[in-house]
This record gives sequence, structure tokens and C-alpha cells, in this order.
Amino acid sequence: MVLNKFREWLEAPAAEVGDRGGKLNVLRGAVARVTTPLLPDDYLHLANPLWSARELRGRIVEVQKETADSATLVIKPGWGFDFKYRPGQYIGIGILIDGRWNWRSYSLTCPPDWTGEGGKRLISIAVKAMPEGKLSSHLVNGVAAGTIVRLAAPQGGFVLPEPPPAKVLFLTAGSGITPVMSMLRTMDRRDGVTDVVHVHSAPTDADVMFGAELRDLHDRHPSFVSHLQLTDSHGLFSLDSLDELYPDWRERETWACGPAGMLDAIEQHWKSAGVADKLHIERFEVERSAVGEGGTVTFGTTGRTLTVDGATSLLEAGESVGVQLPFGCRMGICQTCVVTLSAGHARDLRNGDERQPGDKVQTCISAAAGDCTLDI
Amino acid sequence: MAITDIQGYTHLTAADIETLGKELDSIRRSVETSRGERDARYIRRTIAAQRCLEVAGRAVLFGSRNRWAWLGGTALLSVAKIIENMELGHNVSHGQWDWMNDPEIHSTSWEWDMTGPSAQWRRAHNYSHHTYTNVLGKDEDLGFGILRMTRDEAWRPVHLAQPAANLLLAATFEWGIALHDLGIEKELAGIPDKKLTSPPDLEFARKVSRQVAKDFVLYPALTGPAWKSTLKANATANLVRNLWAYAVIFCGHFPDGAEKFTIEQLDGETQGEWYLRQMLGSANFKAGPVMAFMSGNLCYQIEHHLFPDLPSNRYSEVAVRVRELCDKYDLPYTTGSLGKQYLLAFRTIHKLALPDRFLKRTSDDAPETSSERKFSDISLPERLRVDPETGKRFGLRSALQDAKASLQEKARHEKEVLREAKVALKARARQEKAALREAKRALGERATHEREVLQDKAARRWGRRVAR
Repeated sequence: MVLNKFREWLEAPAAEVGDRGGKLNVLRGAVARVTTPLLPDDYLHLANPLWSARELRGRIVEVQKETADSATLVIKPGWGFDFKYRPGQYIGIGILIDGRWNWRSYSLTCPPDWTGEGGKRLISIAVKAMPEGKLSSHLVNGVAAGTIVRLAAPQGGFVLPEPPPAKVLFLTAGSGITPVMSMLRTMDRRDGVTDVVHVHSAPTDADVMFGAELRDLHDRHPSFVSHLQLTDSHGLFSLDSLDELYPDWRERETWACGPAGMLDAIEQHWKSAGVADKLHIERFEVERSAVGEGGTVTFGTTGRTLTVDGATSLLEAGESVGVQLPFGCRMGICQTCVVTLSAGHARDLRNGDERQPGDKVQTCISAAAGDCTLDI
Repeated sequence: MAITDIQGYTHLTAADIETLGKELDSIRRSVETSRGERDARYIRRTIAAQRCLEVAGRAVLFGSRNRWAWLGGTALLSVAKIIENMELGHNVSHGQWDWMNDPEIHSTSWEWDMTGPSAQWRRAHNYSHHTYTNVLGKDEDLGFGILRMTRDEAWRPVHLAQPAANLLLAATFEWGIALHDLGIEKELAGIPDKKLTSPPDLEFARKVSRQVAKDFVLYPALTGPAWKSTLKANATANLVRNLWAYAVIFCGHFPDGAEKFTIEQLDGETQGEWYLRQMLGSANFKAGPVMAFMSGNLCYQIEHHLFPDLPSNRYSEVAVRVRELCDKYDLPYTTGSLGKQYLLAFRTIHKLALPDRFLKRTSDDAPETSSERKFSDISLPERLRVDPETGKRFGLRSALQDAKASLQEKARHEKEVLREAKVALKARARQEKAALREAKRALGERATHEREVLQDKAARRWGRRVAR
């Protein structure tokens, strides 16, 4: 009892690091008393950027080209990364471009506890360059091995259960294949490939990510069917053809990931067949810029919403519906009103700069640029 | 009265002030759009250098029983604390590096190596001080509540102790700031002063105990037999940092030329007027690159007050453009050497310790404050004028020069009149003295004459008697 209290006291300064620090937290907490107000990690990461448990970091060890506009990034995570994620989950990755950290989420493509050459535990993600996506283009075309990135812990409910269901259907298109790839690789590694049908759409053969691997899996596992739909030559995959091609599709546990239009159609199709409970969907957040001026602002914790024009500050918007927002100078100089933008876009009224999900915004000089959600 | 109407004081039209504001906005935008890898590298290197200096200082102090090790360790630690306080803590907390989107170098999460919690300082400083810069009754950094820095504040007997209070504040600056911020935090939150168990109090206590324990218990204890000298070294480093921070802050806000404002000025203040207030309310001091770095670039206090959230490493280039604007709009740009700026502040501290009846100037026309009334009884040739030939504008700076010249003229005239009066008085005195001498001589002569007559008479009487 007393010992536990003492341990808690010792760990207190490192409490924010949480369970990621594990047993090291006692030591970290004790040392933090002499490094206060910093944590020992603040010094350690100067020696090696991966030696910080205060923040998850990783080093890109390899960039493998998948197709002309996509690549797999193999990353060695630093201290505190939890390798026990579930296949299908995604991670946040922060990368430095022109002095600024940019964050995006990407599905992990590797199975959990994946060990690379030399026994190092690694993770991998696959990135497809978006036409206007500055970050994805940078990751696909410009990032060098050795680059340090920041990571956010794996999350997401689009996961393959353990053990996998007896009958599975995967419906993917484009980069929607990435979370499914993690599931397929996990099944393959555990030698547990059940009766799986995978329908994947891409414009041409050259655009198919992991094409060779899919063919290899198809050859090695009789229970696995890889159905490639090349849309440029054969058109879009018709959901109605499921009855003909895979008539047992209603019995299959289905995971679908791809463009919004395709997912909407699938959702509708499953609903009208009365098997909506067998469908799992992952909607990628499309990398895009602000969509307009004004929009519906949602205040996350209170759940209050209102629609505003593009000239009303988020602070005024919140106050008009009675949300208690921090504020100070009301002119953008004191940084008292800073709140995280958890979804959507906002615009800095002083210079028109766009703010993206995950950015911290000064509510007194920012307005909604399309629908957005504030984390308060 | 301090400045109540910035337009009247600056001799600019409302349109001029608006244009000036737009030009300052464009300076801001050009820095914002050019922020990038170079700036990010600057702050990361500064952080790394500061951490290294601190680690080196602490390590050297393990041998602090040796005099040279003590000196070296103390110097390293002092420099580390100064950089941490000025270039890192102050500037990061202003949000100067928030654009990097780096959670470890962000205004919402930075904790500094000072007594008070960063969060409390941020509200007191970023909000109360930077929004209401030098507004009497609103900006509590004006004299930090214990010094009378303008004669607009009524004199109280306690101000006699100002010279001592000033020294105490300088030596314990971080404590002064910490308590000051806690007070403002409680005031903003509506918590009574006397209550000592509110969340801000607890946060304060936690931070203070960690800071004190680190410098005065844990590190000395870690160095074992050298604990006493390490303790002294840590105390010295804190003292050095305090004195330096104090000097930089005082040079930025209290030399002559850094004006004060009344609450009336805030009424419907435009963005341009806000900029002007920042410009007129702050003062710079001249510094080379090293001193600029050590002051957290607060030698560019004017630029910092105009753009508190732009990266500090850009202030030197911003300063060039701000000076150009000052020339264009004929506005003063208050600067001078560190020594001169401090002496001006020092003079104000000591002068204003005295009651107003010992002071010569009024608050409309004092070295530490002036107002638009300063110009009311001085005949200025023609206000708001742009010379059609040279295009040179007549604004505040020229008006101040004219006012100074006019005051000097007035003083010279008064001196002249005085001298003439003195000469006249002297002449009259000489005359009167001469007359007096004359009268005295006449009187003397008369007395001699009368004596002679008397003697004569007496002699005659004697002669008669003898003859008898």
C-alpha cells in the first residue's frame, strides 16, 4: 500500500507518458524531478530522436515503390510503440515539410508484431499520392530513408477478428486495399487463410498495389480468390454480379474500403439485402483542402452545433450558442483561445491560411471553411 | 494625463493611421509566408544548445569545490537559464513557433524553468500585458504594482522605498513575476486574494516546490560533498538570470519615449491605433547578434510588441522595415544603448519616488509620459503637413523635435529675462549702495563738522575760563 503510493509519487512527473513507458516510468519519474520542468526524454531525444516516450517517433528505414504513384514506407518505431495493434488499424504519421509538421492517417499494411531483417520490429504503411495532396506526394516521391517521423498510436475499429471468420469478402478499390493487405498478410502469416474472396478495383494493371503479392497469395492458398477488376478496360465492378460470381456473398463477413461513392453503393446494397450487420466499412479521410466559406461548426464535447458564415469567428460562433471557450485578446495575439480542430477546415481571417484537422487554431481569428469540429 | 487620443498625439490623420496599419500587416504577412525550414532549424538548434549548456553546467558543478569549476559551472548554468528564459520560454509561449505544428515546441504545452507556472504567466503576459500595453489601470506590468513609473499614478508614502523595492525586484525577478501572475490569474478567475487553496494556488505551489527542490535540494544533494558550493552556484545562476531578465524588460518598457496611455484611448481603438500604441509604448536597445540572442531578441521590443507571435529570429529584419515606416510617417523610434536606456528607466524610478511637489514637469510633458496636451500651448508651425517639394511629412517626430526646440527656446527666453532682471537688480543695488555710501559720507561729514563746531565752542569756553 505504502509502496504503491510511493511508486505513484515517483511516477507522477512521467504520468503523461502513461502506460507507454512501462516499468521505465518509475525511473523516468524519478529523473524528471531533477530535469523539471522537462522530462528526461527531452534530453534523450537530442542524443537519439527515437529515445523519447513522451511522443511516439519512428525512423523511415525503407521506401519501396509499389506503383507509379504509390509507395510502401517501412518504419522503425521508437520507444513506447505498441506493436499489439489489430490488422486493419491505421496510425497517424507526422512528417516535417518546410519546417512544419503535417499529420495524416494511413492504414498499417503489415501484420502485428512484424519483424524485419535483422530481428528489428518494424511497421509499414502504404501511401498513394493524391493529385493535390502535398503530403502524400512528398511521402511517395521525396522522403528519404533515415527521416524521423512522429507517430500516433494505432487505432480504428476496421479490424479483422481473431480468429478470422470462416467466410470473408473484401471489397476494395485504389488505396483502399491497404488495411485489407494487413489483414491478408496476418492470415497468411498465421497460416489461417479461411475462405476469402477479395475483389479489388484499379484503373489498369499498373495501378494495382501489391499486385504480385496478391497473385502469389492466390497461387499458394486454394481458399483465397483474388478478383482484380481493371476499370479502364472492364468498367466498374457491378455489385449485382456478386450473385452470379460469389452467390454466397450474403453469408460472408465483409470488409469494404475505397472511394466514398463505392462505399455508399455497397452500404445500400447490403442494407437492401438485409445483411447490413455483416458489413464493415472504412471511410478514408480524403486529403483535400478547405471546401468553402462558412459551414456547420460542431463543438465536440458539448455536441452543440450551429451554421455560420465565413466571416464569423469560431469564438463568436461558440459564444452565441453558449459554449465556454477560452478567450483573451480577441485579436489573435495572445494565444489564449487556442483549440484543436478535430475535423474539417478553418481559415485564418487575417491572412486566409487554411487550418487542417489536428491543427491547433486561434478561435478568435479563425472562421469555418466548410463544416468543422472543434475539440472542446 | 497620459495619451488619450493617439491620433491627436501622433499628428496623423485617421486615413494615415489606417494605411500605416495596412503596411504593418503586409510586413507581418511577408514574414508569415516566408517562415520555413531555416527558422525551424534556428529554434531546434537553440533548444539543443540550451540543453547542452545546462547539462554541461550541471556536470561541471559536480567539481564545484574547485574555484574554477565553480565559476565555469555557474557561468554555463547562468547562460543556459537566460536562454531558456528569454529566447525559449518567453518566445515559445508567445506562440512564435506554433506554426511548426510541433507539439513539443508549442505555446499550449511549453513549461519554462522559472518559479511561476507558464500557463499563469501566459495569461498575465500575453493577454493582460500585450493587449493593453502601457494602458494605465489595465496593464499591470506598468511598474509591476510596486513601482510608480508615471506621475499619472498618485504618490503614496510607500513610494519613498522605491529605490530599495527596485533592487529587490531585480534580484528576485522570477518570484516577482510569479506572484504577479498568480494575482492576475486569480483576479481573472474571480478568486479572492486571501483564498490559498484554489486550483491556481495549487498549481503555483506545485511548480514552485519543484523548482525550489531542483535547484536548492536535489542538485546540491546529488553533488554530495560539494553540496554547499553547488547550492551557491545554483542560487547565483538564478540571480544572474533574474538581473538580466529584469534589465531587458525595464529597457523595453520604461526608458523615456516609451509612452503611457489612458483607458479612453481603448474606446473603439482601430487596428492601426493598436499598432501605434505598441510602437509608441515600447523601446528598443541597440544590440549585436550575441546580445540580441541573449535578450531573446527583446532588444527589438518595438517589433515584438507589434508582432508578438512572429518568430524572434526575424525581428532584426522586421526592425529595418519598421524603421523605414517610422521615417515615412515621421514617427519616433525609441532606441539607445542598453546602458542609456537603463539609466533613463533608473532615473524615472528614483525621481518618481518623490512626491509630485518636488517634480518640475507635469504628466503631459514629463520625460516618462507625455500626452497630446503637450502640444496645446506650443505654437507648432502647421500640423499635419506634407512638404509638397520633398514629400516629407510633418508628424509626431518633428512635432516632438519642435516641441523640444520650442521648450528650449522658452527656457532660453526665460533665462534671458531672468538675466536681464538680475542685471537691472544688480545695477539698482549698486546705485542704492552708491547713494547709501554718499549719504553715509554726507552724514559723516556733517558729524565731523558738528564735532568741530562743538569742539570749537568748547575751546572757546575753555579759553574764556582760562582767560578769566
